Amino acid sequence: MKPHSRRALTLFGYALACVAMLALVPRIHAQENYFVTYSQELEEPGNLEIAAKSVTGAPKGGNPFAATALEFEYGFKTWWTTELYLDGQTTASESTLFTGFRLENRVRPLLREHWINPVLYFEFEDINTADKALLEVVGHDSRADFLTRNNRSDKQREAELKLILSSNFKSWNASENIIAEKNLSNSPWEFGYAIGASRALALAASAKPCKFCPENFALGAEIYGGLGDRHSFGLPHTSHYIGPVVTWNIPRGPTLRLSPNFGLNQNSNGFLFRFMLSYEIGQFFSKLRSPR
Amino acid sequence: MTRPRPAVFIFVLALFGFAFAAAGDGEWLHRVPAKDRVRPNPFATNSDAPAAGAKIFAEHCAECHGEDAQGKTQGKHVRPNLHGERIKQATPGELFWLLTNGSQKNGMPSWSRLPDAQRWQLITFLKSLP
Repeated sequence: MKPHSRRALTLFGYALACVAMLALVPRIHAQENYFVTYSQELEEPGNLEIAAKSVTGAPKGGNPFAATALEFEYGFKTWWTTELYLDGQTTASESTLFTGFRLENRVRPLLREHWINPVLYFEFEDINTADKALLEVVGHDSRADFLTRNNRSDKQREAELKLILSSNFKSWNASENIIAEKNLSNSPWEFGYAIGASRALALAASAKPCKFCPENFALGAEIYGGLGDRHSFGLPHTSHYIGPVVTWNIPRGPTLRLSPNFGLNQNSNGFLFRFMLSYEIGQFFSKLRSPR
Repeated sequence: MTRPRPAVFIFVLALFGFAFAAAGDGEWLHRVPAKDRVRPNPFATNSDAPAAGAKIFAEHCAECHGEDAQGKTQGKHVRPNLHGERIKQATPGELFWLLTNGSQKNGMPSWSRLPDAQRWQLITFLKSLP
């Protein structure tokens, strides 16, 4: 077995051990129904969500890869959520490596529900060019970014701002994100977008406990892509993706989410597959102080 | 390589500071619009609604309000007892408004992500509490 395959298997083993440990902890469910698009939903105060968001792909002319962003999301207040992401990836015939971290904050300035609920988002990223987590697409991001060999010496320290606009109407959620990202080493602002819509499969809950009841599933779709940069704003030389999203909130269990994504132009990867497993631990620090 | 500019971070922190200062909306019950107060609960007479509501409660609310809905003290936060007079006297419309908007200043999040039907089922359950 090649050394990088052994490392990948070891990492996978650690991940499985973490999942097994978390399975022993009481938990509730994640809020969002998307992979890239953010909605107005923030983490409930005191709750900690741990999620592994993964994406796999086989870019044309490049090596297949699998990238995972391990997410720790904590609700400080009903209107303030903070998150830490640890990114890593493995690329066939190349290597497995840690690609950096992201620290983000989301703040909801209007406390009541409105037709459109804005959320302000700020993120600092310290990643390298080998990062393939694809948590958003901005500027002229394209398939070519996935063809260069893994190289973690080229650092990207970036600030990202998002305006999240989201509505819940007649049990549908519709969310739009406007993204502006700047590499702090004197690069122009880059822009992007993400739009999603979703709905629970059943609106009313059934009276009996069940894992496969339709109200435990949500179906949706999202579309996201780049919009160029400050010097060349627009669609030319940008990449875009679209895909359905299926979420399964297992009662008293984890949340699973799957999404096949399809590239919409020649700059995009033809196909990506996203999957996520998340656990939410209610009142995390209270439990640490008085475990019962 | 150019170093990150601290002014950018200070500006963003100040922006969030203003957002925090604007937070807080007072007592929820007094803010319920008149048309929302009188909304009837379409699940009030549904025989399955209390059991379905109990399931929703266990999934989303019990963590803070306790499995028996008797309330909890978590650190310095007191999560209210839902068997209390306030819940008994509140109209279904007022409770629906609370679940939709939350009482965010007091740590109660909005549950607008739950479909309307599930919020009404939850209210039927709350109204059935002794």
